[in-house]
Amino acid sequence: MAMEYSEKVMEHFAHPHNVGVIEDADGVGEVGNAKCGDIMRMYLKIGEGEVIEDVKFQTFGCASAIATSSIATDMIKGQPLNEALKLTNKAVVEALDGLPAVKIHCSVLAEQAVKAAVADYYKRKGLPYDHPCDACGEEGCCGHSHGQEEE
Amino acid sequence: MFVYADNAATTAMSRAAADAMLPAMGELYGNPSSLHQKGREANYALMGAREAVAKCLHAEPREIYFTGCGTEADNWAITEAARLGALAGKKHIISDAIEHHAVLHTLKKLEKQGFSVTYLPVHENGLVRLEELEAALRPDTCLVTVMFANNEIGTLQPIREIGALCRERGVLFHTDAVQAVGHVPVDVEADNIDMLSLSGHKFHAPKGVGALYCKKSIRLENFIEGGAQERGKRGGTEAIPAILAMAAALQESCAHMEENMAHISAMRDKLIAGLSRIPNARCNGDPDHRAPGIVSFCFEGIEGESLLLRLDLAGICASSGSACTSGSLDPSHVLLALGLPHEIAHGSLRLSLSEYNTMEEVDYILQQVPEVVRTLRQMSPVWLHMLEKMEDPYKE
Repeated sequence: MAMEYSEKVMEHFAHPHNVGVIEDADGVGEVGNAKCGDIMRMYLKIGEGEVIEDVKFQTFGCASAIATSSIATDMIKGQPLNEALKLTNKAVVEALDGLPAVKIHCSVLAEQAVKAAVADYYKRKGLPYDHPCDACGEEGCCGHSHGQEEE
Repeated sequence: MFVYADNAATTAMSRAAADAMLPAMGELYGNPSSLHQKGREANYALMGAREAVAKCLHAEPREIYFTGCGTEADNWAITEAARLGALAGKKHIISDAIEHHAVLHTLKKLEKQGFSVTYLPVHENGLVRLEELEAALRPDTCLVTVMFANNEIGTLQPIREIGALCRERGVLFHTDAVQAVGHVPVDVEADNIDMLSLSGHKFHAPKGVGALYCKKSIRLENFIEGGAQERGKRGGTEAIPAILAMAAALQESCAHMEENMAHISAMRDKLIAGLSRIPNARCNGDPDHRAPGIVSFCFEGIEGESLLLRLDLAGICASSGSACTSGSLDPSHVLLALGLPHEIAHGSLRLSLSEYNTMEEVDYILQQVPEVVRTLRQMSPVWLHMLEKMEDPYKE
């Protein structure tokens, strides 16, 4: 059966925001697994007051993986780090007007990618980081189900 | 521009099929089992359709059983061959790794019932090797089932040789010819085929109708009880409109087979040559033994669903064997059976052509696919990592 994507998903897939690389990024996070067909890489530029000045992403994956990356970068751009860390996969799904059930893991990956990039920033600064993804730690994992129960 | 290049999924109905179908949706409403004039009228039409289908396959009309689809024909043929085998104390079946799920899932069910199944490997080019089939044959082998043309990569198996070997060993041979009938010459006699499945909507007939060819010497048991239709073996009033349309579509396909094959394979070869120019791309399947209309490629560093949907936005209908398009975590079993790693199989694209496609459409595909692949690679971290180990092929 064909899957239905919302208009919002298709819009972000067709014209994703914040695609690219930040050469002098302050934090870079990569989650997912090519074997499973999804990898997200997120770059952060952190400004004064720990505000996310710029964010870019690269994603290997399906339409919803690209769309969740795009909207997640929109949602955290200009936000202070502690706000960005509050981003949940559920908020990403809602912002996209929903995702097909089998694609919920893409939103989990987007949340993880943000957290992995922030964790990398803290690591580079030598600061403690205590916000791992509850279900699966900092590392992206594939096929886990903690996002799938939420929709 | 709009291009429909997903003909292995389904085809547009032909004018001939629609024209054959219309009377059956109007005046020709009788039940072929009725004795009165309306019934006889429908029965004559049904007989004509059966003769036409039989003729295209070089079979006898009484060897043709109309079914609801190709999947049904596969289920019926395989479970029947297994039942007959078990009666003779033979419970071993040989098939291969790239069959359609209609075959594979039926075999899985038989395995649970105590049959043992050998799945032949297909190697890098997607072909079954005769010597491996020969080595796999056992005294208790009751059935060999190998598809005629693969739906994903288009490989044409050595059907005639497989059939000859099976004849020699007294083993039944079934072939899922859903992607072959109407596209390449199929002759059940010359090709040594005992049972064959076909599906109408793959050659411009409507959905909802297929057929099983079963050699008359095989004592086929009833598949659906409760009626005298299909020689009592598949009860249920015949889908006359769909059956008449399928016969007309098949007659037309067979009458124009040579010119269609020439036109379609010329387009296929142009597509393969053009797509091969994309860096880090590979064409899947055997270069020589290939159905006229099926082109399968993998593009490293990108994922198939996004490729498919970007092409859709550009007006091109195609398909992919990526996990995301199948709704499972694994990419297509066919691509994995070729030995492709998961990450490469995820980046697959299938374009399947029919005689309704044009060279202009092929040119449009060849203009769009490289651009979409490049765009997706530019946003792919996998491609980024690949560039650490090779020179950027897109560097001017």
